[in-house]
Amino acid sequence: MTYEYNGTVVETDEEGYITDISLWTRELAEFIAKDENIEMSNDHWEVVNFLRDYYEEYQIAPAVRVLIKAIKKSLGTDKGNSKYLYELFPYGPAKQACKIAGLPKPTGCI
Amino acid sequence: MADYDLPELKEYTEPPRLAEGAMGHLSTYPAAPAHQEALGFPGELVEGWHDKAIEKFDELLGQSRSLRVYLDACVRCGACTDKCHYFLGTGDPKNMPVARQDLMRKVYRRHFTLAGKWLPWLVGAADLTEEVLDDWYNYFHQCSQCRRCSVYCPYGIDTAEISMAAREIMDHIGKGQKYCNEIIAKVHDIGNNLGLKEPALANTLEGLEEDIEEETGVKVRLPLDEKGAEVMLVAPSADFFAEPHVDGLIGYAKVFHQAGVSWTISSYASEAANFAMFIGSYEQMHEVAQRIRKAALDLGVRRIVVGECGHAWRVAYSFWNTLAGPFDFLDPDYPVPQHVCEFTYEQIQKGALKLDKSANDHMTLTFHDSCNVARASRMGDRPGGQFEIPRAILKACCNNFVDMPADTIRDATFCCGGGGGLLTDELLELRVKGAQPRMQALKQVADEHGVTHMASICAICKSQFTKVVPDYGFDMDSIVSLHQLVSNAIVLDGQADAAAGPEEETEETAAAGQAGP
Repeated sequence: MTYEYNGTVVETDEEGYITDISLWTRELAEFIAKDENIEMSNDHWEVVNFLRDYYEEYQIAPAVRVLIKAIKKSLGTDKGNSKYLYELFPYGPAKQACKIAGLPKPTGCI
Repeated sequence: MADYDLPELKEYTEPPRLAEGAMGHLSTYPAAPAHQEALGFPGELVEGWHDKAIEKFDELLGQSRSLRVYLDACVRCGACTDKCHYFLGTGDPKNMPVARQDLMRKVYRRHFTLAGKWLPWLVGAADLTEEVLDDWYNYFHQCSQCRRCSVYCPYGIDTAEISMAAREIMDHIGKGQKYCNEIIAKVHDIGNNLGLKEPALANTLEGLEEDIEEETGVKVRLPLDEKGAEVMLVAPSADFFAEPHVDGLIGYAKVFHQAGVSWTISSYASEAANFAMFIGSYEQMHEVAQRIRKAALDLGVRRIVVGECGHAWRVAYSFWNTLAGPFDFLDPDYPVPQHVCEFTYEQIQKGALKLDKSANDHMTLTFHDSCNVARASRMGDRPGGQFEIPRAILKACCNNFVDMPADTIRDATFCCGGGGGLLTDELLELRVKGAQPRMQALKQVADEHGVTHMASICAICKSQFTKVVPDYGFDMDSIVSLHQLVSNAIVLDGQADAAAGPEEETEETAAAGQAGP
């Protein structure tokens, strides 16, 4: 699979996770999100940015609990909960948000 | 999103109308060459794969007498046909256990029986053609190795062992599965299925300590790599990452704290799961299990406790002794290894835990027996302990508990639909359909007894259910960890916000003070 946007071609795995994470751009994120039927709002970006920062430090996406805690801090209690995160990313904040953030899919019993 | 029909939930289990080839389209992603080679398997389908497959088949028959017996013994009585959750949920006749076995049996007869060599058409023998190999790949990855069929087989034929052997043969000719093999490689490389490295793990555990203190006012530690601890906890890495798993991990920590036993998690062996069992590879299982031995020795612990993970407990209980033993360095006064449920149960029996059941009064619970715990292991020192101990813990922590119908629990339990290396998104259709029998049983107790939540002691079960229950009209939060209930109920010494008023547990007095080092 590939994403083609603005004349660029970016390779992905079978599920649409980009294989070379250094090729990620904000435009690509918008493009992947559209492909996932998500219109990126500020709150979506808040999650994606946090995932990317966390990944940069720890080379893995954060646990859902860690993500919720961080979002609670930045967006408030009414948004810092898993219900809201699932509203933002219906296919699961861990997996779908990672895909948009250009990070590898978390693996294992999750 | 789903482009398939959801199976109907009925009043009781009935065999579905046959739907030939209904699941023939569903193929799990193949392992990339890098995933294969990391495990010593060929990167892609090798030249001369047919002969190499038969050669490996021959080797497995030589190693495993049970495999040969299972392939010889079937009399096609049909007792297994309607026992598989995947058959019940999909109606695809190739998901009947006997038909699944026959995919391998027909090749066995062709190459390893006299009649099959000379008169293949008479005895249902067939060559391993490309088409048959594709069927192997699809349908041996539609078996969660839960072994429910084997309970009902009058000969005890174990389809799980057949599916493991088939996957082992396929791995050896370069036709492996991405989900399992990528994950096993990650364990070799990093120490857990998730790829959670030490700094991330340390950060996660610190965060949990903060959360517990915030909630209870008590400093409960989640120690990492602490030499000389009494207990090493080996939990599924999902416990560090996913919901409701994390809540279970918090529960273990509170129990250890209250028991006054020093404990630690190891960053080197930060995974209880051993997916190598799913692919039937003894060598890989051994390599994965050895990490736990090494970590236990390096940390100098005296006991190993295994967290809530179904197949891990099968591997630990049934195979660790030969895979990672001898455990002569561990304390023989305790079970080697010990399940965290056994640990907690012992503390409850001693009266060392103060439990306020009313903390779980907002729920009416039922318990899902995980297949590998139910049918491939035991807990405690009595037969059936693997059924009784988790229920005893549940009842000690909750006022409202109702079991699901008898033909869907204990050794007759239905698989969650995601075990055996099938907990991957491309198999979601199979997972949703395969959950139908369990969902039907859950709906029954929800309708008749007002059950609101289902507890589980397996990381795969929890993730699978959390994902599929919404399709059947349940809330994803209705799935809970058993130790999450313990965590809710436990009243820690010095807990600020302990439930007001004296509780009924007055007999449990100073026992809680039994201090560790």
